[in-house]
Amino acid sequence: MQVTYLVKRLNPERERSPRFEQFSLEVGEYDSVLDGLIKVREELDGSLALRCSCRAAICGSCAMRVNGEPRLMCKTRVRDVAEDGQVKVEPIGNLPVLKDLVVDMGPFWEKVRAVKPWLEPPPEKPEREYLAPNEAMREVVGALACVMCGACVSNCTVWEVDPNFLGPAALAKAHRFVADPRNSDNAERLKQLGEYTGIWDCTHCFYCVQACPKDVAPMERILALRREAIAHGYTNHNGVRHSDSFAQSVKQSGSLNEGRLAVESQGYLNLPALLGLLPVGLRALRAGKMPSPFHHKRPGAAHVKRIFEKVEGPRS
Amino acid sequence: MRAALEAKRRHADVALISKVHPVRSHSVAAQGGINAPLGQSDTWESHAYDTVKGSDYLGDQDAIEALSREAAQAVVDLENMGVAFYRGPDGRLAPRNFGGASTARTYFVGAITGHAILHVMYEQLLRAGVKIYEEWFVTSLVNEGGFTAGLVAQELLTGRFHPIQAKAIILCTGGCGRVYEPSTNALICTGDGMSLAWRAGAPLMDMEMVQYHPTTLPSNGALMTEGARGDGAYLRNALGDRFMSKYAPNKLELASRDVVSRAEQVEIDEGRGVDDGLGAKSCVYLDCTHLPREFILERLGEIYEIARQFANVDITTQPVPVRPGMHYMMGGIKTNVDGRTRVPGLYAAGECACVSVHGGNRLGANSLLDTVIFGRRAGAHAAEFARQVEFRPLSEGAVLDSERRAQEVLGRPANGDSIAKVRMELGQTMHQYAGVWRDGKGLNTALSRIYSLKERYQRAPVQDKGKVFNTNLVFHWELGYMLDNAEAILVSAIHRTESRGAHYRTDCPERDDQSWLKHIVLDYRPGAAPGIQYAPVTITRWKPEKRVY
Ligand SMILES: Cc1cc2nc3c(=O)[nH]c(=O)nc-3n(C[C@H](O)[C@H](O)[C@H](O)COP(=O)(O)OP(=O)(O)OC[C@H]3O[C@@H](n4cnc5c(N)ncnc54)[C@H](O)[C@@H]3O)c2cc1C
Ligand code: SF4
Ligand code: SF4
Ligand code: FES
Repeated sequence: MQVTYLVKRLNPERERSPRFEQFSLEVGEYDSVLDGLIKVREELDGSLALRCSCRAAICGSCAMRVNGEPRLMCKTRVRDVAEDGQVKVEPIGNLPVLKDLVVDMGPFWEKVRAVKPWLEPPPEKPEREYLAPNEAMREVVGALACVMCGACVSNCTVWEVDPNFLGPAALAKAHRFVADPRNSDNAERLKQLGEYTGIWDCTHCFYCVQACPKDVAPMERILALRREAIAHGYTNHNGVRHSDSFAQSVKQSGSLNEGRLAVESQGYLNLPALLGLLPVGLRALRAGKMPSPFHHKRPGAAHVKRIFEKVEGPRS
Repeated sequence: MRAALEAKRRHADVALISKVHPVRSHSVAAQGGINAPLGQSDTWESHAYDTVKGSDYLGDQDAIEALSREAAQAVVDLENMGVAFYRGPDGRLAPRNFGGASTARTYFVGAITGHAILHVMYEQLLRAGVKIYEEWFVTSLVNEGGFTAGLVAQELLTGRFHPIQAKAIILCTGGCGRVYEPSTNALICTGDGMSLAWRAGAPLMDMEMVQYHPTTLPSNGALMTEGARGDGAYLRNALGDRFMSKYAPNKLELASRDVVSRAEQVEIDEGRGVDDGLGAKSCVYLDCTHLPREFILERLGEIYEIARQFANVDITTQPVPVRPGMHYMMGGIKTNVDGRTRVPGLYAAGECACVSVHGGNRLGANSLLDTVIFGRRAGAHAAEFARQVEFRPLSEGAVLDSERRAQEVLGRPANGDSIAKVRMELGQTMHQYAGVWRDGKGLNTALSRIYSLKERYQRAPVQDKGKVFNTNLVFHWELGYMLDNAEAILVSAIHRTESRGAHYRTDCPERDDQSWLKHIVLDYRPGAAPGIQYAPVTITRWKPEKRVY
């Protein structure tokens, strides 16, 4: 079928801002978006830069955005995404563009390196293999299926505002080790992962789960890491307080009291951190986003409270 | 990466250079598994014998003994480093069946064994602190006084050429699958190392031995792992018959790959093929439909996905059309069991090397094993070698030479054939004349075409004139390497006037141990046809026999 590719291009040697270029081409019924891009490169414009290698969704080179969605181009069929015969291809988001569809994966790998990305087995070596239940291995395979493509990072809402956030792929990788029964330093790992920019910073926006071409479901793994962290006794943390405050606020008023949430997350006695919030508050005020100091109950608040009581039991 | 890790463990100062990020290397695509005689009733001798027989007696038995003796420990080491091999009910490693093996000895991680191993290797490199130059492309190896002095590499991000001085270099550059079209191999498998080493004075061996895998998809050459047949899938022709009973009554679908690929091709040639979806009856069916759906999804998930996507077939309910497709290079840079080539300081391991453990035909799941065993050995030997020698001076001229070549290419007028066109013709020529069936006449036709393609290559323009991430220029370098590989394959194939392993000559269909129980070794000669020599096959305990499955 005949399609039009709209490709976002940037030649850093000649221009400062990207532009879209249009290519018309014929693609086969089962052709992937990548097949089309390769055709463009081979037949229409040899200077188009992109990464690709395996064509089988396993090397992780070809993550880009097609019609806005981050995906692996070799795993996406043209006919499944073309809108009125048009396919718009852009580099993945949240990472600096080097040229055309090629991004700088440096920040991505930096975060992978930050989670101690290797197994730390117990010091005494077995004679042969470590014994482990197959179920555990299958669970681990779910996480290690990650091809390090960066699609999940493309839309991550936290990465966008906080470039220090470890992000979905690195945290999924961290979970791969924590979930492995052969790993011996979970306590240390979880402590570290619980620090600033780690597991408590994710806002559960779900984008990474939606984007991941290998069903790694990074957000689910971040949540699993949180449960593990709490089980290991790491409760004295903003994230845990954040969850508690979040729940309390919704329970009492039926909606979120953002001002109280920010303060309670830091802890009322944590003066330096509270002072640190001031500039955030001022910026929010300027941008018209300061939560109202008078947090009103929502009309359905009583309902919400009953739901909580039902789930939590009569204790609270 | 295994080689780098070993050298680092032995306190060498190591850097790793790769034209893609290391985890994008083609080993990532290996699905099926890795062999090791770890089972209670299994022995290294049994694995070695299967490998010798699989090689059609062209494998060197000293090398095969090293492979089989060290296999169990190598797989256990991988497990200890973190590879999540699947287990049995007792929590121990559990194998699956694979082609050409007398017992189940293939260890696996779902359908992503290569991926699991490759990522663990990368983790271990990070842990060991090996310096990594990723997206650096090697354009030449440099000798000084007959010794390795270093290499020149282009940094893709900036386009700059850098000299890197080294006492020892280990080439682990993978196969040359893209010399054929179609191929199961990734787009980066362009035989760079073989060409680089050849031009630096290290000979190539067994280059005529090119493996066609029995089950690849017609649309794009994608692989359906042998693990499918290992797990019980059947091959059927248009009549619905399990035709392998005619060709390999004992091992059936699990005979070695050359045997199965030829059987399929006979069925197809004699009119019992099935529709390939492209208008010809060039396929047979791979049939998994009698296997439980859950089982398929768990153990063969990767090919379930690939078939769904590229053939629009749900393998749990329908058979999928497959055909033989180029898959693996048995030949390569001639090395000994320590990875040494003829050039002191230059080593090779993995698919680009030829030790030779695979001889005329590689057994499934022996290749990942080859990479870790001989990678480790090469790393150890190279580290020791580097301790004993001094750096050789790396002349400025080497970098200037690469720069000049790049400038010449970038300056070419736009009117020659495109690189893509020359590459496509190369691949189709090789597939047509140097595939499952070969004969002297066709091979010679192909060789003269390759020479004319080499000439057209000298004029092929590069469209991208920039410095940053110029992939066009990379394709240009790669095509040069591929043409060298093709030439070596054809010269060897013309020369071997018998049929052995994957090399089947319809004009001389018998194996001829009298004349041809030896390796063909090729020397590079600038501006002339390759020099042909022979090397004996090392036989330790298994005398050549007729090969039946
Ligand atoms: C689809 C598929 C499935 C397979 N399944 C199995 C299996 O189940 N079991 C099995 O045992 N084998 C299998 N094989 C074979 C096996 O995967 C390969 O033979 C093996 O992985 C090759 O590994 P390698 O380390 O030699 O090379 P590769 O993994 O290909 O690595 C080559 C490296 O060299 C670098 N490089 C190359 N040229 C240059 C250059 N000019 N400059 C800089 N760097 C360069 C590349 O960047 C890359 O990092 C399979 C092969 C395919 C195609
Ligand atoms: S769920 Fe969390 S990690 Fe995933 S994209 Fe959203 S914020 Fe990022
Ligand atoms: S988690 Fe998924 S989307 Fe993210 S890098 Fe891994 S494979 Fe890609
Ligand atoms: S090309 Fe390898 S993941 Fe798409």
